[in-house]
Amino acid sequence: MSQAAALSRDSRTLVIDGNEAAAWGAALSRPDVVAVYPITPQSSLVEYLAKFIAEGKMDAELMDVEGEHSVLSVLHGACLAGGRTYSATSAQGLAYMFEPYFRTPGLRLPMVVSLVTRDSVTPCCVWGGQQDAMTVKEVGWIQMYCETQQEICDSIPIAYKVAEHADVMLPVNVCHDGNYLSYGVARVDLPEQEVVDAFLGEKNVNWHACLDPERPMAVDPLTGGAGGAGPSMFVRYRKGQCAGMSAALDVIVAAHEDWGRRTGRYWSPLIEEYRMEDAEVALVTIGSMTGAAKDAVDEARLDGRRVGLVKIKTFRPFPAKAIAAALSKVKAIGVVDRAVNFGWNCGPVFQEVLAALYALPVRVPLVSFIGGLAGADITPEHFARSIADTIRLAAGEQVSSPVWLNEFDK
Amino acid sequence: MHEVRIHGRGGQGAVMASGILAAALVKEGRHVMAIPAFGFERRGAPVVAFLRFDDRPIRRITNIYAPDTVIVIDPTVARSIDVFAGMKAGGTLVQSTKRAVSDMALPPHLARVATCDAVGIAMSIFRRPITNTIMLGAFARATGRVGVDSLVAALEDTDFRDAGLKQNIEAVRRGFDETEITQLAVQAA
Repeated sequence: MSQAAALSRDSRTLVIDGNEAAAWGAALSRPDVVAVYPITPQSSLVEYLAKFIAEGKMDAELMDVEGEHSVLSVLHGACLAGGRTYSATSAQGLAYMFEPYFRTPGLRLPMVVSLVTRDSVTPCCVWGGQQDAMTVKEVGWIQMYCETQQEICDSIPIAYKVAEHADVMLPVNVCHDGNYLSYGVARVDLPEQEVVDAFLGEKNVNWHACLDPERPMAVDPLTGGAGGAGPSMFVRYRKGQCAGMSAALDVIVAAHEDWGRRTGRYWSPLIEEYRMEDAEVALVTIGSMTGAAKDAVDEARLDGRRVGLVKIKTFRPFPAKAIAAALSKVKAIGVVDRAVNFGWNCGPVFQEVLAALYALPVRVPLVSFIGGLAGADITPEHFARSIADTIRLAAGEQVSSPVWLNEFDK
Repeated sequence: MHEVRIHGRGGQGAVMASGILAAALVKEGRHVMAIPAFGFERRGAPVVAFLRFDDRPIRRITNIYAPDTVIVIDPTVARSIDVFAGMKAGGTLVQSTKRAVSDMALPPHLARVATCDAVGIAMSIFRRPITNTIMLGAFARATGRVGVDSLVAALEDTDFRDAGLKQNIEAVRRGFDETEITQLAVQAA
């Protein structure tokens, strides 16, 4: 029996699913306004928030509105008035939220919204997949993908620290996989409230624009067009967004480092390299699939295969330099996606990694694996096949890409 | 690593049972990963929940295909689905039933069967056939892999919507006390 046996009833160790871990991460971050509309597999997350507020564990205004478009619209108002804001959604809910979602980064609103990732319809399904989050990757939100329930809980305070940083001022999606993480139960050590308070510091959410009846100001005036100062002003706004995104990389690293010092949990901020030191081939993973992939890497290592793994935590902004450096020495790469890039007939993460590798002096062959769609499982056996395919690619054999991991599941 | 699959029917609390068992195991210092299999959940339809535990951190967040132990909290669900699918040789079945082991159709590679008349116990405690916590007591008795006191402590942390904590503690204890264990001669799988 380990040290955990000494846990008392009021200890801060909980055995909870990923949705409850997200709700705790949000509660510990002390948002002022939470607006929600339920959708599978996010529903229990917002039910936990409502419960925490009803029980007095969380001091926030809960706005139970009539749909996701209103969820984000009321949060725009709250955020512009200087409030810290939180919500969560999935798939079709995100689709219905899209109009205000599209405007949020341009307004430079430092919100945090959990995406409980789910595949998109049609064909009709209500289960996990990352098609929703991957579809909105170009909108200008920061995206971080979590591997475990503990990482979900910890990443939400980290996300506020990043979003509200003066050099960033952008909204953040903390993504966790629907089903496997949203409903999967594991041990989570809750950070102490005082630790989170000290980490986030004095609340100063929206210093650049603040709705105040005493000091009226115009927000989001009409700009652009083809004459006068419009075009240059529009460019300034866009360049500002890009600068915020670029600055976010260093801020994300610093925020994770600061969190690690305070809690002892050092999560890899941009990418995690696993057994890459002498690796000849590598898998690239994202999200909750990573644990099974690491188990498969260990198995392959026992067989003498020099395999490593690179996990992506931060997908937006894309950590291109870190990816290129991590993959610079391998002979072949297999990228495992939980979504489809229809334009290039591959996975979306595959396409990003391919672009990042253009910086390398040598050309490394890659293969795209697509699995885990609509709730399908990606097991260590699926990863073992992916590793075998990637080794064949390294040996100069042809591997037809993409490989659909669950195509022959029975 | 020990892998458990729980079979039941929608509304009986199979998924909740996996969460309570996970919490009890964490109190004993174990690492856990409990995943409910998913479908369109309906009252009465077959439901499956997975739980793996170990002394080391568990990384894989996947379903379970080769369980060491199968807990069946409903006496008739085995008519609808193969509760033994993929089960490891030498495994244990923890079955809610009032039938004798000799009357049950069992695969040859099973090592142990634990039976408990959980519906009978549930009717006397809850006046409804809710068997989930009773079968956790049966699991504790059958495998020795979790203590009854840890299960009770986990129940005390659980938010019961409609049934009382006291009743569920009695359910776990009676499940433990009223489970019969039969060792089988294991044949190669």
